[in-house]
Amino acid sequence: MSSSKQALAHPASSAEAASGTSPGAARGARGRGAPAAPDSWRSRLYRWDMKASPYAFVAPFFILFGAFSLVPLLYTAWYSLHDVQLSALDHQTWAGLDNYKNLLSSDFFWNALKNTLSIGVISTVPQLLAALALAHLLNYKLRGSTMWRVVMLTPYATSVAAATLVFTLLYSWDGGMVNWVLHFFGVDPVNWRESDWGSQFAVSSIVIWRWTGYNALIYLAAMQAIPADLYESAAIDGANRWQQFRHVTIPQLRPTILFTVVVSTIGATQLFGEPLLFGGVSGSKGGSEHQYQTLGLYMYDQGWIIGNLGKASAIAWSMFLILLIIAAVNLLLTRRLRKSQ
Amino acid sequence: MRTSIRRSHRLMALTAVAALTTGLLAGCSSDSDDGTSDNSGGSGGSGRITLTIGTFGVFGYKQAGLYDEYMKLHKDINIKENVTTRTDVYWPKVLTRLQAGAGTDDVQAIEVGNITEAVQTQANKFVDLGKEVDKSQWLDWKLAQATTKDGKTIGLGTDIGPMAICYRKDLFKKAGLETDRNKLAAQWKGDWQKYVDVGKQYMKKAPNGTKFVDSASSVYNAALGGAETRYYDKDGNIVWDKSDGVKKSWDAAMAVATSDMSAKLKQFDKPWDQGFANGTFASVACPAWMIGYIEQKSGDAGKGNWDVAAAPTAANWGGSFLGVPTAGKHQKEAIELVKWLTAPEQQAKVFAKQASFPSTPSAYASLKPAADTTAYFSNAPITQIFADSAKTIPVQYFGVKDQPINSALTDVGILQVEQKGKSPEQGWDAAKNEIKDVLGQ
Repeated sequence: MSSSKQALAHPASSAEAASGTSPGAARGARGRGAPAAPDSWRSRLYRWDMKASPYAFVAPFFILFGAFSLVPLLYTAWYSLHDVQLSALDHQTWAGLDNYKNLLSSDFFWNALKNTLSIGVISTVPQLLAALALAHLLNYKLRGSTMWRVVMLTPYATSVAAATLVFTLLYSWDGGMVNWVLHFFGVDPVNWRESDWGSQFAVSSIVIWRWTGYNALIYLAAMQAIPADLYESAAIDGANRWQQFRHVTIPQLRPTILFTVVVSTIGATQLFGEPLLFGGVSGSKGGSEHQYQTLGLYMYDQGWIIGNLGKASAIAWSMFLILLIIAAVNLLLTRRLRKSQ
Repeated sequence: MRTSIRRSHRLMALTAVAALTTGLLAGCSSDSDDGTSDNSGGSGGSGRITLTIGTFGVFGYKQAGLYDEYMKLHKDINIKENVTTRTDVYWPKVLTRLQAGAGTDDVQAIEVGNITEAVQTQANKFVDLGKEVDKSQWLDWKLAQATTKDGKTIGLGTDIGPMAICYRKDLFKKAGLETDRNKLAAQWKGDWQKYVDVGKQYMKKAPNGTKFVDSASSVYNAALGGAETRYYDKDGNIVWDKSDGVKKSWDAAMAVATSDMSAKLKQFDKPWDQGFANGTFASVACPAWMIGYIEQKSGDAGKGNWDVAAAPTAANWGGSFLGVPTAGKHQKEAIELVKWLTAPEQQAKVFAKQASFPSTPSAYASLKPAADTTAYFSNAPITQIFADSAKTIPVQYFGVKDQPINSALTDVGILQVEQKGKSPEQGWDAAKNEIKDVLGQ
């Protein structure tokens, strides 16, 4: 078991190492091989090139990251400590932690947090289970396997807007296909947009539809890295397909599963486009009782509809802190996982 | 991975944008360096100035051929319209650009729900258009809405939204109601509750699968559009929960929401459009700008079945202004364009195209709706009905948070009662909490 684990881990790390060092090494070799006298401008140029080039190559990312991620992040923090209105961006008055206090005592904030969590669970759990099952099926020898994989990835390639608009029509109260189908089973039409659980389910279904194939591909890639001899020896020991899946595949996939859980959780925390568009007109309210208003929607509603940017920034930072907590939990889990193996 | 992929896509896009912008900026600066700065609007070497005009929804200028006409009259002008469909997306964008002093269009449209915010917070970012025109051309209340306390007019009125009731004659007939527009108007004259009473009558014999009205919110908005006080008094104090207008409009909406007469649709939502197409509701409070919308969405099936009657009270709903931001590069040309577009003759042309009702009374005498439209609405004297309403609309005062407050009452309060079966008291309380949140109380 442990040797195979190493086998799984090795290609990745060695590939990383190779890609990390080889360009520098190659350049270094060439630099040394250059027939230039020491201290000539040419050799100085070479040395300077050797030292500076790597930084120059990675600089674009960090410049863009700084300009479009880090600065806004810090500026948002600054905003969150002020009373800022959208119509008067230059008149910021210091508010200290008022915006945060306001959030903690606001029913709307807790409601949004609760919705974010519940929609997150309803969408992530079935999505990952379905992805696992799909990946397992695709791992068998199939005719036209490439086609199946492409088909699975199509939902991921469609835009959120297009997908949500179609789903909104499907879930439409009268004349929607979902209610039409339910009608055949004698179920009364559901007001998907306004009912409490119905709306959350509807929003989750859009997320599930879009992301299941994507996760399935990640699982599939990991499954194909599992050495075949593990299955062979399991088969010799008399394990059937299900037992092989449970006792060989799942343990081997553990790091991958953890990875997808973390990524999906981050995605769920930031859920925004689907509920916004699902709500149609004034979608940022997330329903008349805010029954599917996520944190992202609440932030948007506060900032751009109501125009209270200070509070919206506080919500943004609260979301960021929540993500940090999730990251920390993830780190702990991974450590424990490594130790237990 | 999900986020990092998204982010890397965004990064790629940003890189592309950054590269393009630098290119463009370089292009612009070199343009102004060689002394042809007037042409730097990206118009190329033809020596034409490109004016951009930022609008939302469907203003109808393009559809009525006004841009082409203006460009023919002014060979040196090229007009480009930047349309954002929804005002709630359009306005925040405009606000940030105005304050940044960059990125605004040469002409910027302002919706009536945002005009007070613009007047009170952005007046110094707009050119004073009052000096450029004969202000007496506009309806007094329209002009007043775009004028600051010290007399600066930041936007010229385009259309207004005088109110009428559009109803399906055929459905009314089947339900055994009066179908004559004058007699109907007399039945509900003066009070929206009377309109609701007609609805109750309709529901007694309603044709299968139809309701009397599209939504409770539309009744609320229509009734509030005729009230003396909305959410703010004339000094800018918030009085929404003491306002008589809000109270009465709320009660009318509650009468609709708690009965069975509403199709429970959300206006401007897809199902609402389908409701027009399938004829699932028999009447709707229709401001002038909705006439074209109804014609388009109801399609052939509605032709000749729709009729228009005067609304219970004279009311206004919607309408816009055109302003010229001081950040614009071609202010002189932009002012000329705005003057021309908002002149009575041009407003009459837009009316002929899509029935957007002029805010300049001198146009009323010459207003002719398109022949199609008149036929579609059973030859109703549309011009007359809307003009009568327009002349008696009370002066209304708006406030900075007018739109979010309105949305709290309609999209939270009324919707809860209408679609979730809450009691009117519960709906009111929910709206109240929402408004507290809006006002940061």
